[in-house]
Amino acid sequence: MSDPTEEIPEVDYVEGTGVPVRGNDIDTDQIIPARFMKVVTFDGLGEFAFFDLRFDDDDNEKDHTFNEERFQDANVMVVNANFGCGSSREHAPQALMRWGIDAIIGESFAEIFAGNCLALGIPTVTADHETINELQQWVDDNPDGKLEVDVAAETVRYGDESVSVSVDDAQRQALVEGIWDTTALMKANRNAIDETAGSLPYVDS
Amino acid sequence: MSSGTLYDKVWDRHKVTTLPNGQDQLFVGLHLIHEVTSPQAFGMLRERDIEVARPDLTLATVDHIVPTADQSRPYSDDAAENMMSELEENVRDAGIEFLDPPSGEQGIVHVVGPEQGITQPGKTIVCGDSHTSTHGAFGALAFGIGTSQIRDVLATQTIAMEKQQVRKIQVDGELGEGVEAKDIILEIIRRLGTEGGVGYVYEYAGEAIENLDMEGRMSICNMSIEGGARAGYVNPDETTYEWMQETDFFREHPEKFEELKPYWESIRSDEDAEYDDVVHIDASELDPVVTWGTTPGQGIGIHDPIPAPEDLPEDKQDTARRAQEHMRVEPGESMEGYDVDVAFLGSCTNARLPDLRRAARIVEGRQVHDDVRAMVVPGSQRVQRQAEEEGLKDVFEAAGFDWRNAGCSMCLGMNEDQLEGDEACASSSNRNFVGRQGSKDGRTVLMNPRMVAAAAITGEVSDVRDLEEVQVA
Repeated sequence: MSDPTEEIPEVDYVEGTGVPVRGNDIDTDQIIPARFMKVVTFDGLGEFAFFDLRFDDDDNEKDHTFNEERFQDANVMVVNANFGCGSSREHAPQALMRWGIDAIIGESFAEIFAGNCLALGIPTVTADHETINELQQWVDDNPDGKLEVDVAAETVRYGDESVSVSVDDAQRQALVEGIWDTTALMKANRNAIDETAGSLPYVDS
Repeated sequence: MSSGTLYDKVWDRHKVTTLPNGQDQLFVGLHLIHEVTSPQAFGMLRERDIEVARPDLTLATVDHIVPTADQSRPYSDDAAENMMSELEENVRDAGIEFLDPPSGEQGIVHVVGPEQGITQPGKTIVCGDSHTSTHGAFGALAFGIGTSQIRDVLATQTIAMEKQQVRKIQVDGELGEGVEAKDIILEIIRRLGTEGGVGYVYEYAGEAIENLDMEGRMSICNMSIEGGARAGYVNPDETTYEWMQETDFFREHPEKFEELKPYWESIRSDEDAEYDDVVHIDASELDPVVTWGTTPGQGIGIHDPIPAPEDLPEDKQDTARRAQEHMRVEPGESMEGYDVDVAFLGSCTNARLPDLRRAARIVEGRQVHDDVRAMVVPGSQRVQRQAEEEGLKDVFEAAGFDWRNAGCSMCLGMNEDQLEGDEACASSSNRNFVGRQGSKDGRTVLMNPRMVAAAAITGEVSDVRDLEEVQVA
């Protein structure tokens, strides 16, 4: 078996162009409606990202930044508060990733969603309401403008601006050092796992 | 940081080591799996040529896609059949116990675990489902995980996590007539917000919590995640131990009960435990709570006025405006009298036996309103069986309710049970998100199960206390 840790890239820096997705409390049912989860792989989920926000009953496009031609090559999403709340479905970040998203900047993220993003190597970095508003406006005005998310330095650079953002400590370390895929990392602690299990009164060894 | 709480103790007992990324590696005492979030994880294991580490600590059931009417195989929905077959193959290959429909023990994963006696105090419990917080009712540390984390757990029986803060939610006072556990948690979420719990684990304590049966405690812990808290728990007590003792597992192994009880008592939060935050709620002030919007935090007492968006904190105004447009409600009105088309009594929040018993007392001798289609979806086959034995099925059917087989059903619309068009649904479930119940124009009003029963009868959101209860035999 090949060692999967060797293949895990360091994600200390993401650059590209942005796409704003506005609104608080955008839940994972909005990001990927449940009817698209009747599948046994994550392949092909990208086209269903935000589906019900993007299309009406007759499949006509609605007003949504993911439909706009100018944002089709975007890879950094800029969102507001409590993004990704609700269901734990990893289908949500998988759909966004497969649509083309490599990093998300927002006011705040639901915990399970942020954890799922980390497991895919997608940084979820946060900044205050004003900073996010300005950034969303800038991205709107400059769809081709280069945006840099420096995970290690906790800054986002765009245009002539450089703003501080926050990245959760463990997330930053995991991304920067390329240790965000935890399977092999944890599997290596076999003996310690057995020891912990053995110390628990309810676990039969 | 907190100290001496159940959370601290259970965390410490299960901590394997600290990982190089700063997260702790925790041993997982019970891993519950279902058909929607696990197949990709099994696929990842196959890609990496890794076997399931502890099939003996893993339990599977099928709930999200399972049809609740005709369950004959193959399922009429090809996608559902495919997901079921995939799960069957995965559990067979890995040697994982599967509570499937023929077993008679199938049901919603968060109903089944406690029934089987494998949800226990002081365990760490994970599942690829955000409502795993339900199991915290037993004093377990239980939380939802994503599919990549399911892969981690299947491969290692451990999970990488950061420790969180603990907020004690002290609920004092006695609940009034017609007010239930569901109303307490809807009030907590209304007050603390849908993201108020991010970074926290909630400890529910106080007289009103201690007085609840296990099912009520489960309803509360279930919706912790709707308040942003990934986990919530209640300290185990005599009510908990009685439940454990009555499960098949501990009836067959009474010596195990005696063996484990000291551990269960040892992980209770200490009297002098320290919390990162404490919040007080007076249960005696509560009326039945209903939601007026599209997040579970948008709740009000049944007679209270729907708030004007401009009166809410600035960051809630935009969400409130969109919610009121979607729900077609006006500020200043109450939700009482809001027309409903569907009544859904089900979900991992409120489809256990006492929920159905209480609702049956409302519908007994009455008829579902002509404009309403009403359904009961028991949380598990066991609940269904017991309810049928007690005659509850007959009560519901006589009133015009559709009596279904166990599953998640219309809580999230992954099977044939869905809202159509802009139907409004009085629902005992946990999420009123736009599109949640299968139609993007559908409108969900969350409430307790008796309130759902009342709405089914009157055809509109009603105060159940205005309907006289009947004692069902």
